[in-house]
Amino acid sequence: MIEGILIGLTTALTLQNILMVMLGCFFGTIIGMLPGLGPMTAIALMIPITYGFDPATGLILMAGVYYGAVFGGSTSSILLNAPGVPGTVATSFDGYPMAQQGKAGKALAIAAWSSFAGGTLSAIYLLFMAPSLSKVSLSFRSPDYFALMILGLTAIAAFSSKGQFLKAMMMVVLGLMLASVGQDSLSDITRFTFNNMNLTDGISFVLVVMATFAMSEALTIILKRNDPTSAAKQVSLTELGSIKINKEERTKMYKTIPRSSVIGFLIGVLPGAGATIASFLAYGMERNVVNDEEKEKFGKGSVNGLSAPETANNAACSGSFVPMLTLGIPGSGTTAVMLGALLGFGVQPGPRLYMTNPEIFWSIIMSMYIGMVILLILNLPLIPYIARILAVPKNYLIPLILFFSITGIYVMSFNNFDIYLMIGIAVVATFMRLYDFPMPPLILAFVLGGLMEENLRRSLLLSNGSWEFLWDRTLTLCILLTTILIVVWHFYKTIIKK
Amino acid sequence: MNINTTKVISLLFFIFSAFYLYTAYQIQVFAFDENAPFNARTFPIYLGYAGLFFSGLKLILPDPNTIKVNHKTLEYKKTLILIIIAIIYGTTILKVGYFLTTSLFLFSSYYFLGERRWVLMFLLSFPFVAAFMYLLHGVLDIYLRDPFLQSIGVMG
Repeated sequence: MIEGILIGLTTALTLQNILMVMLGCFFGTIIGMLPGLGPMTAIALMIPITYGFDPATGLILMAGVYYGAVFGGSTSSILLNAPGVPGTVATSFDGYPMAQQGKAGKALAIAAWSSFAGGTLSAIYLLFMAPSLSKVSLSFRSPDYFALMILGLTAIAAFSSKGQFLKAMMMVVLGLMLASVGQDSLSDITRFTFNNMNLTDGISFVLVVMATFAMSEALTIILKRNDPTSAAKQVSLTELGSIKINKEERTKMYKTIPRSSVIGFLIGVLPGAGATIASFLAYGMERNVVNDEEKEKFGKGSVNGLSAPETANNAACSGSFVPMLTLGIPGSGTTAVMLGALLGFGVQPGPRLYMTNPEIFWSIIMSMYIGMVILLILNLPLIPYIARILAVPKNYLIPLILFFSITGIYVMSFNNFDIYLMIGIAVVATFMRLYDFPMPPLILAFVLGGLMEENLRRSLLLSNGSWEFLWDRTLTLCILLTTILIVVWHFYKTIIKK
Repeated sequence: MNINTTKVISLLFFIFSAFYLYTAYQIQVFAFDENAPFNARTFPIYLGYAGLFFSGLKLILPDPNTIKVNHKTLEYKKTLILIIIAIIYGTTILKVGYFLTTSLFLFSSYYFLGERRWVLMFLLSFPFVAAFMYLLHGVLDIYLRDPFLQSIGVMG
């Protein structure tokens, strides 16, 4: 492990990679602050830039954008009560009341330190867990991988859709259908191309991400007459107050941070869960463990109430890298985008990644520490100024998002057809978003489509066409039972609600 | 009569899945693969049935969380104009070149979204695109095709 850490440090500490972490954190913070534009959009917009770098640098940049966006989301939660990303909704419960009491600076500082501690602690957990899990996952076979992918897709549908499980499952199927377009990987037989040569190689992953996130989010903002930047204009530089945290507040944070980081990390590791569930669970747990006097303060500006979700959502970000790095199966929409980008670089994530590409594996983990420090140094004193930058009018922001999306496809294929296809998918996605059809399950399914077919092919061929492979191995059966449990639990919860 | 749009989308998805399934059955596989446990059409066929299953369930089951969208409040005109500008941009980018089409795309988008600060609109289109092009082409060494700049001798 020491050797790996040294390889990671050597790669992560090059001037170029430090600059990439800084750029990623800065850009992510800005996008994350804008309500409606989350880390997936931020990462999608960064993809064209990463083409010019090696895989490690590209992924370091995207990881920086990811935790920058989560950090930025908490800033708008605290200052404007307008969470930039769903993972920071719980932050606004106590962060915004604190800001209203004239302690916005303090709330931002608590959020920044909690994020830093949560991110750093979970990077340590990742450091120890990822290599061990990689070794364990070497024993995984095709049926296990197939079952694991079913689990991931079901879980993301169950967790991401706010009671709209069937809609999310429809999006999963649509994502898998889109992934099936083009040449079959084994026989080279073309499928669903309708004799169009442009579709022979399939639909590009970047195209689907740009269309369903960046472009459709921009169109949705215009269509719904939202202005994500209007709230930022209300931020006053003079009303933030001190950013100093006193001893009593620090003591409270010392207790909250370790337990919330563990919850955040473990939830982040689970496929489909992620920062939103982690932050709500940590908030709920914190409320249950504090004394009655402190419990009364929850929702009115509690230090524990602010620190817990902030620690957990950043810890969940690092946790979500575990299944991606060790199994090659992303646990969330955001890591699915990163996995797609890695595949684009020609790198196959999975249990062998830390042996075949140790510099990528370890430099991502090491860059997380650097990223957390940079976020703290960069953002704490600069937050009010960054918030002012956000007052860029919607009239400029939307065309720029469209420009980055189209440029991303243009530099990749130099093909008009891809641009038309992207616009077409974006229009359909915008319409579906209006009716709450979630996009992250579609992206995850699109990324996993090829791998899923490959593993199903191997499993069926080995079992001579029998579906017994699903319960032949204990591990496969356990994964499958977990999937069934998630579905049953989800329907039970929906029936109870009614 | 009130039409539940979610159900309409589900019905469209059901029809789409049926078409997908039909097309999946039409995939030509090699003769020796025809009766294999898994061939190029196996996975798409499962997907087609899965699409029919989930959209069928959505159609049949009651929808307690009906999403109601007030279409009168939606900004269709500007959205449509932006889409048309993007299509024109996509059509001309290869023939005319990256710099001119992108700059014009940005400038016209700002204009149609209601912006009238001409100097700022100019700065955030032509010089901005030039700087971005320099970053991609000059610094990151990402090839950008531009017949217009080549014809006037700016780009090699």
